[in-house]
Amino acid sequence: MTNISTPTGRQASIERTRRVRDGLRRRHLHEALFKGFGLAAIIAALGFVAILFTDVLIKGIPAFTQANLHLEATFDPAIIDVGPAPVRTAGQSDADFRAASLGWQRDVALLNWNKVVEASLRAAAPAGFEIDSRQILTVAETNARHVLREMFVNDPSLLGQTIKVDLLASANADNWVKGNIDRELGDAQQQLSAPARALIDIFEENGTISMGFAWSIFTNVDSRAAPASAGLAGAFMGSLFMMVIVILLAVPIGVASAIYLEEFAPKSRLTDLIEVNINNLAAVPSIVFGLLGAAVFINYFKLPLSAPLAGGLVLTLMTLPTIIIATRGALQGVSPALRQAALGMGASKTQMVFHHVLPVTFPSILTATIIGVAQALGETAPLLLIGMNAFVASIPATPLDQATALPVQIYLWQANENRNFFEARTSAAILVLLGFMILLNAIAILLRTRLERRA
Amino acid sequence: MDMLAGKVKMTQQSVNNGMNPTDMLERPIRLHAKDVTVHYGAKQALFGISIDIPDRAVTSFIGPSGCGKSTFLRCINRMNDTIEGAKVRGLIELDGEDIYDPALDVVELRARIGMVFQKPNPFPKSIYENVAYGPKIHGLARSKSDLDEIVVSSLRKAGLFEEVKDRLNEPGTGLSGGQQQRLCIARAIAVGPEVILMDEPCSALDPIATAIIEELIDELRENFTIVIVTHSMQQAARVSQKTAFFHLGKLIEEGVTEDIFTNPVNKQTQDYIMGRIG
Repeated sequence: MTNISTPTGRQASIERTRRVRDGLRRRHLHEALFKGFGLAAIIAALGFVAILFTDVLIKGIPAFTQANLHLEATFDPAIIDVGPAPVRTAGQSDADFRAASLGWQRDVALLNWNKVVEASLRAAAPAGFEIDSRQILTVAETNARHVLREMFVNDPSLLGQTIKVDLLASANADNWVKGNIDRELGDAQQQLSAPARALIDIFEENGTISMGFAWSIFTNVDSRAAPASAGLAGAFMGSLFMMVIVILLAVPIGVASAIYLEEFAPKSRLTDLIEVNINNLAAVPSIVFGLLGAAVFINYFKLPLSAPLAGGLVLTLMTLPTIIIATRGALQGVSPALRQAALGMGASKTQMVFHHVLPVTFPSILTATIIGVAQALGETAPLLLIGMNAFVASIPATPLDQATALPVQIYLWQANENRNFFEARTSAAILVLLGFMILLNAIAILLRTRLERRA
Repeated sequence: MDMLAGKVKMTQQSVNNGMNPTDMLERPIRLHAKDVTVHYGAKQALFGISIDIPDRAVTSFIGPSGCGKSTFLRCINRMNDTIEGAKVRGLIELDGEDIYDPALDVVELRARIGMVFQKPNPFPKSIYENVAYGPKIHGLARSKSDLDEIVVSSLRKAGLFEEVKDRLNEPGTGLSGGQQQRLCIARAIAVGPEVILMDEPCSALDPIATAIIEELIDELRENFTIVIVTHSMQQAARVSQKTAFFHLGKLIEEGVTEDIFTNPVNKQTQDYIMGRIG
């Protein structure tokens, strides 16, 4: 073996170069392999994201349009056989008048409003079209009778009049118009009867049915009986309430504890223990937080089940470690020079933190907070355990009312047996949730770049 | 050695011709330290430092890296308090008052003893805000116009006003290194301290910026007691009237700058000045 370490002679120099060159080939190969692996990983990841988004978009976008029926409804006195709405007479007490009104409304509700719906559908059908009552009613959504009844209760003078109304077509009709249903299938496999399918085609041709933007997704609450009118309004408000609770509780508590731990707490076993525990809490499965919430907030503090307040508290617990860890990271990143400058000027520790350290770290704390809140908003598991997967058919007015949340709504719709319709609704809900998340993240990015430019 | 001493003496005279050595020794004592020791955890960093620092003169601490000169400087405004595990023993008095007295508020102390750091560290705020910060937190300005006056006069004293007067609202971090350091000096003097500590204030600056700061230190001497840590012997010779040489956590020799550089008593001081240690 030649001793190449002694730099003498041309021969040794050539040998040295040869060895370096041999090694070079191997090193370049390693680099190329690693780069190739990284690139393949990126392509695979992007591919999966693309598949997810394409699928959700293809299924979800059609759900944002919906078949509407434009009918002329007659409030036929023969069907609406009810006395005049009570008018308040002089000397009548509040309670008496309310009782009379409610009695009248009950009478109105007991009428067969489906007959009004049927009559208006028949009026739009060609003369002599043969279809029975049950079949023709499958064209309109089942909530049509409630819509007409509400109109009458609000305006009893409609009795005997014929007015134009827009009603939702049924989910099956909607799918038929959109072409989601195979027309070749036999009658036995079709959800809609043959005359109903024929009538829908006629309606589509004569303009009685038209496609419109499905505002109902945003304005209506969830519905089981009338899938075409099921909307996200209730879930959206539930999520909004929870978001507000998380921001109001998790942000101040999280940021304050991070500041205390990082800037003021003496270094001791106790603070070390607290730190380890906070880091571990961030890794606790979210469903465990749900159990904790059920045990503490529902069973012990007796908060109402399914309330956004309980949900918000559970999500606050879940978000706290994220915010604390991120804030501490941001505080640790502040250069010691800035702290020394402030202390050297005679600033107290609190002044140092609030005048200098926090303004510098504010953008990263804000970003971490928004990401934490967005994460909480997308959380489903803990909410299931505190009853937020209940079917709620009203928009919550306060955080103490029963509600559900956007991701839970997705879960509920996905599990619905009426797949034919709800698959599209589920994708639409996913799109709304994603839109909400993108909005939050966009706000985070915008605020951060703004604040960083100013600093 | 004579040659080097002669050179040092010349540069010293060119900048520092306002005061003769005997004058300096007769000045009142502003800061008095006795038997100061510092431990960082188990490690002892300073061994029984005793020194007197004269009023309205520049005192420089010299010595090789890690000799404890910065550690001692940081004892004077209690910046060592902020370091975990640092323990300071001994006596340091400012005008006869023990600065480690538990009754004394460290915030008040730091208003009386300002500090300029090795790397320029202006706040990431406007030039105006940088200078106004100290007077604001200490409540020194009665009104906005008061504050404006303090800011302008501090910038003037730091020789920066003419360069920045049109951009007081621009960030201080946008200035050049030398300007940033003068901004830090302006920030320190805005509070009206009695003593200014400077921890290698020119080590991150180019020669021209260094010369400007040195001139400024010489002017500030009229109104402030200045203690400067430097690793440059030439700088110590140029700007200071009193010099203390530190080595391995001990104060080896202190005295009138001219004497230390021309006539050191201690062998170690001699070796350092000749460039044999350091």
